[in-house]
Amino acid sequence: MDKQLLKLLKQNALESPKNLAKMLNINEAEVKAKIKSLEKKGIIRGYQAILNEDKLESDRVRAVIEVKITPEKVGGFDRIATKIGKFSEVESLFLMSGSFDLLVFITGSNLREIASFVSVKLASIEGVLSTSTHFMLKTYKNSNVLMETEKGDERPKISP
Amino acid sequence: MKDRKSHLDRIAQHLRKIPRSGIRDFFDIVSTRKDIISLGIGEPDFVTPWHIREAVKLSLDQGDTSYTSNLGLIELRHEIAKYVRHSFKTDYKPETEILITVGVSEALDLAIRAITEPGDELIYHEPCYVSYAPEILFAHGMPVPVMTSSKNDFRLTREMIEPKITKRTKAILLNFPTNPTGSILMRKDVEGIAKLAIERDLLVISDEIYSELTYSGGDRTSIASIPGMKERTIFLNGFSKSWAMTGFRIGFSCAPQELTEAMMKIHQYTMLCASIMAQKAAIEALVHGDDDVIQMKNEYERRRNFIHTSLNEMGLPCTLPRGAFYAFPYIGNYGLPSKEFALRLLEEKKVACVPGSAFGVSGEGFIRCSYATELEEIKEAMSRMASFVKGLGKKAGK
Repeated sequence: MDKQLLKLLKQNALESPKNLAKMLNINEAEVKAKIKSLEKKGIIRGYQAILNEDKLESDRVRAVIEVKITPEKVGGFDRIATKIGKFSEVESLFLMSGSFDLLVFITGSNLREIASFVSVKLASIEGVLSTSTHFMLKTYKNSNVLMETEKGDERPKISP
Repeated sequence: MKDRKSHLDRIAQHLRKIPRSGIRDFFDIVSTRKDIISLGIGEPDFVTPWHIREAVKLSLDQGDTSYTSNLGLIELRHEIAKYVRHSFKTDYKPETEILITVGVSEALDLAIRAITEPGDELIYHEPCYVSYAPEILFAHGMPVPVMTSSKNDFRLTREMIEPKITKRTKAILLNFPTNPTGSILMRKDVEGIAKLAIERDLLVISDEIYSELTYSGGDRTSIASIPGMKERTIFLNGFSKSWAMTGFRIGFSCAPQELTEAMMKIHQYTMLCASIMAQKAAIEALVHGDDDVIQMKNEYERRRNFIHTSLNEMGLPCTLPRGAFYAFPYIGNYGLPSKEFALRLLEEKKVACVPGSAFGVSGEGFIRCSYATELEEIKEAMSRMASFVKGLGKKAGK
């Protein structure tokens, strides 16, 4: 049941508990309690709008940085990753398999801000061996949502 | 010189007697309106899964543009045999007992034409899909409806069928899950009907096009799987509803060799074969499409729960649809026949539903609400319908 509720919330976090209850065939109070408990357990970490940033008249720059680090004896990658994650520029951060270790998604108001983040903040962390920065040019799909609306419903309005 | 006959006089007598589909009438009215929310659509709102569309493009690139064997691609028939064995617990030989058709609609027509002689009676349950009675009439047979009722969730039992059997009865037509009621049969119902068919030596045509859309707690026992029934059942199914492939027009029948051969004869002379593109798509659906079906079914089930609760809350009693993607609420408490109810709902609230009477006389007093439509649309439709019903209640002095 939690799985189904989470799926619906991932589709639309603004869905009212009343409607969620109807879809899941449980009562509204149960829905509210479940959401509370999922929040308490830290499974639901927050609710955000999914934006098409390309449509905003803003020059914000987004980039992905591949970071190689030396794992530490105690804690492996976690301590450095946590440190990187605390910077407000960092949107998302993942530990990866393959030719680098951390994948960092960051935003900045302009190119210089990102350059300075990489050269000053990131590169100076002890244990960071190298970085490779890729700038994002355009978003096609984000968090399961396509940025361009596909053509509307063209089915005949009544069919057998 | 002889007087020129009017074309109407030249049209075959038995065809003239058949009325146009009530759905078609309503379609004509609805299609003149703008900005309506339609709960009248009998096909999935999902687009065919991407990998299936890709498979068709690849097959086109490879130049698959020819006819196929009349029965259909043997590779597809093998996949269907596997699928039917797994999902419906019945074994069919791909070489001789499976026929690929242009949608399940063609399969239904072939089945009826293959077995019906003038005057033969075919029993079917009502309210039902609009094609059954007309197709029986095209074959010069006699449609014999059995009325089902919301009182027992529109189910069908042997006791309801038995009184309708005469010396001329040739077959019983089943369509569960049912369009338009969403009803299904319990295993004991299926066993009862099977026993009756065996006792009275009748054929059964079982149109199970909605079988993949049977929701939790529902039973999807196919009558073909009951011992002694494979020999007398024409099992029909297709890809339109399960894999959102309505536009591909691809279905199939599984039946004993002699019956398949008879159906094939008509198919060969009229249709030749189903399109190779659609057949390639169907192979892809069966080989790699299990997840698609589950995803779509789960989405329909959530909408079903939503629409079922909403209708009952607003005062339109509705049995829980256990399959397909239709809710069939009772609207008779408001003193309007279903057609007028649907028309006024369209005029006043811009919501289109299909009047139950389009599905036979026993559908009067009901409307069909399809939930093969985005949830946001369903929500808006439910809120408009609630306000419509509230208005009617006031006028009716409630």
